[in-house]
Amino acid sequence: MADYLVQERKIEEILPANTLKTCVPQAEVVREIKPAPPRFRNEIAKYVVHRSSDCIRCGKCAGVCPYGVHVYKPGYKYFAAPKNHLCIGPVCEKTDHYCVALCPQGALRLAENPMIEGLGDYRWPADMILATWKMAQTGDIPPEAFGFEYQCGRSGGGFDRLRFKFPDKPPVELDEDQIDTSIELNRRNDGRPKIKIDVPWYGGGMSFGSVSNVTQLSKARAAVAWNTFTCTGEGGYMERLRPYDDHVITQVATGLFGVREETIQRVPIVEFKYAQGAKPGLGGHLLGDKNTVSVARMREAVLGISLFSPFPFHSVYSIEDHMKHMDWIKHVNRRALIATKVSTPTDVDMVAVGSYSAGTHIVHIDGGYGGTGAAPDIAKKNIAMPVEYAISKVHSFLEAEGARDVITLIASGGIRTAHDIAKSIALGADGVVVGTAELVALGCVRCTRCESGRGCPRGIATTDPELSRKMDIEWGTQRIINLYNAWRKELVGILQRFGMRSVSELRGRTDLLMHLDYNNDVGAER
Amino acid sequence: MQAKNTMPEKYHIKTQPVPPRRPRVGKYGVVDWREDCARCHNCVKKACVYDRYRLETEYIRNLSDVDALYFDCRGCFSCVQDCTKGLLCLSVNPVYEALGNSYWTPEIIKTTWLQAETAKIPVSGAGYSGRFAGPGFDSMWTDMSEIVRPTRDGIHGREYISTSVDIGRKPSFLAFDGGKSTDALPPLVSLPMPLVIDMSPPRYGLPKLGPLIMETARRTGLIAIIDSNDWPSDEPDKEQYLPHVAFHLGPGAPAPPKKLLTKMRLVEIADGHNVVERIKELKDVHPDIVVSVRVELNAQGPRRATDLAGFEQVEVVHAVADLNGNELGVKEPRFIKDMIRQIHESIVEGRRRDEVTLMASGGIALPEHMAKAIICGADLVTINLPLMVALECHLCDGCRPGMPCPAKLEDIDFDYGVGRMTNLIAAWHDQLIEVMGAMGMREVRRLRGDVGRAMFFEELEEETFGRLFGTRKKD
Repeated sequence: MADYLVQERKIEEILPANTLKTCVPQAEVVREIKPAPPRFRNEIAKYVVHRSSDCIRCGKCAGVCPYGVHVYKPGYKYFAAPKNHLCIGPVCEKTDHYCVALCPQGALRLAENPMIEGLGDYRWPADMILATWKMAQTGDIPPEAFGFEYQCGRSGGGFDRLRFKFPDKPPVELDEDQIDTSIELNRRNDGRPKIKIDVPWYGGGMSFGSVSNVTQLSKARAAVAWNTFTCTGEGGYMERLRPYDDHVITQVATGLFGVREETIQRVPIVEFKYAQGAKPGLGGHLLGDKNTVSVARMREAVLGISLFSPFPFHSVYSIEDHMKHMDWIKHVNRRALIATKVSTPTDVDMVAVGSYSAGTHIVHIDGGYGGTGAAPDIAKKNIAMPVEYAISKVHSFLEAEGARDVITLIASGGIRTAHDIAKSIALGADGVVVGTAELVALGCVRCTRCESGRGCPRGIATTDPELSRKMDIEWGTQRIINLYNAWRKELVGILQRFGMRSVSELRGRTDLLMHLDYNNDVGAER
Repeated sequence: MQAKNTMPEKYHIKTQPVPPRRPRVGKYGVVDWREDCARCHNCVKKACVYDRYRLETEYIRNLSDVDALYFDCRGCFSCVQDCTKGLLCLSVNPVYEALGNSYWTPEIIKTTWLQAETAKIPVSGAGYSGRFAGPGFDSMWTDMSEIVRPTRDGIHGREYISTSVDIGRKPSFLAFDGGKSTDALPPLVSLPMPLVIDMSPPRYGLPKLGPLIMETARRTGLIAIIDSNDWPSDEPDKEQYLPHVAFHLGPGAPAPPKKLLTKMRLVEIADGHNVVERIKELKDVHPDIVVSVRVELNAQGPRRATDLAGFEQVEVVHAVADLNGNELGVKEPRFIKDMIRQIHESIVEGRRRDEVTLMASGGIALPEHMAKAIICGADLVTINLPLMVALECHLCDGCRPGMPCPAKLEDIDFDYGVGRMTNLIAAWHDQLIEVMGAMGMREVRRLRGDVGRAMFFEELEEETFGRLFGTRKKD
């Protein structure tokens, strides 16, 4: 039993044991970085090398290319298809291993891949997707040589127009291992556990039904490896998640799908989902085709029926109700922290303070531009403000109310990269929740077809048994572990340049940011 | 004894799927080079989740026309990435990219087609993929409320959200004498949603569209404005549509015959120096008719609209921008949302807001534009181009006699046309309810001018980034 509980009160005598600690032996997942190559035969590449019929198969290109683009297997008559995704493109011209120039027959030609035009969008441009794949494959920051412009998207606002003002030289020279990226999730000193996560992010709620169990388990295992959390979403608690209970946040959402006292007792954090950024004010959507046998059983629903969660909680019309809601969970699970997930209306700052007053440990604001599952297009684009505005607004208001240091502020809704994470923290968040980026690491191309029919054709956001088999858990786990590692490296790099020993020092440091659309002619508030 | 149900019937538009007549113009297509095929018999095309390759083959086999290629790929890249020889290449369909124009984007046209086919709210996954903000209606977000408002579940809900609006003058108070109202109440036209079908621009004015539009107005309970010259006076059976038709009377157009006018609820006149006299002329014939005055939103438009609202005789001002919502005839046009706000605020200042209905036209391309225009101060909006797009129009600007029409609009039949337009209006209605539900609004009438229910890009930027980063650079 946890010491703090023994010291505080002898509740083991009055509560069943499973309220104190999960009964299920917990699995260990090693935080090991190792290659997780793409699972598709032809990885999409930024550049392509064309080989003409003039090739005499001398093998020189394969010999000079240090990246392994050209594949000429001994005993074979012809070259195999080139691994274009390993090619660094035109910057190679300046090197001594530029295959196009060195080919004695002039049989090679380098070109931008025309398919790139069809990949990605304003928020997730092709370069960002390709770079995320690269990070998930290698666990490292993509080498500059690849020329990926992945730190910002092309949306033309918010994070995409914010930049850090790095000093010419760090004020303090720090080694990577001197920098702490962990954050605390309970700042209330209320006797509940002081949970600390090793990186300032955790995985967002994606329900069983919206994604496959392979996806959920991969996320959970990566959370274990990185001592952070994943979230069940609102679709119930899969039994297969139980070996990872200590790193799971279970969600109590308006549909109450699969919510039982027993599932609440399993976890260290329970999240109330009042709203979500992708469909603020509307409640969750799971269209009928994805409500398969296993999903229906988990959600205690009728097979094949579209499931629309109501909005809002029909038992919560006030902050007092919200407090009672929390009391229920706090009573059922005496060790749990409470997270309150809300969207970003005009008065998000007041909602945050209200939630703090009601006793939440974590205020999670979910901006309008995120989301992974099904959502009406009209809601995605039009309802509630982008999270970039909301973070700053809530942070300032909590400070003014004197509550900032006793609440953990988590932001989500369009956090795509380590740079977005750092910018969110500089704007005032303690940490973030990520979702889409994890799916991209698993091979998502953002085709937006997650919601209907058999679901994701790439086997990520689907409960179709055949499609789910396209991915295995070990691979999925490794891809997310690798992505987290690359992100942490980038975050540490940013902190290093500012001479900061802890990510907590970055919180609210808007003076370190600049906006490309502004003259940056005022001293930023601290 | 069972109590009589006094609840009014809930507004509901009956719909059914109406498939497209023309091949779908999708965003993606997959190109392959068959000559390099390894004949591995493991073809990924068979595994396409959407079965597009088989459908494509069928399409080509049954091809009767050569002007439409098959582009219905969903862009998942699965076949491209799994092909043994890497032969497949995904491309963006140039026909898709050529749809519409800079305002009526391919995305708008595609989503309109989908709604006209299914009558459903477009739903997709993977979050938002567009620009952070943009010009026009893209520079505002509607608000939502978190936890402290009464239950509302949007279109799936138990609580009724009213989308009905009244067109005409609303008296600010009622006076009674002996239990009877001392004043005659002004006529009002009630519509079940804040939408009117406006006249089609001349280039889209195919004669055969008239009956389709009138039937769509009847089925949806709305009103269609048509030019009085286009009324088929030799077809008396069309008179059944008159409650759902509003004649537009151009500058010199005579008043409609009494027989027709008395069957209408709304009529529209062009703005001019003799507006008051023309209203009187119409009211003399049919006192219960509501008269709208159509004002072009040129440089003087907003001022003129405000002035008209000041006339005691004017009940409805119909402010009309160009098809893209821009101010007419100026180099640097303002957008309709800003002009509506100006007009609304001026009428409020003049203490005439409930005395006059403000109808806004131009640039209403998506259902959220309807909600946003109302938040900016309009009572209701009008549309025309979205209905053309519902008929699979590409808005290619090539509507000239003898020119091929990619949508073959001249071939449409009655059921198809009415079905598609009705579906679109039904989908817009559902989306209006969704947005209002998120805001916690129960009545669209209460949304008018309620800018507290919206967030404007300029204001959010100033409040947030202006505070942190100083002055914003000029665009």
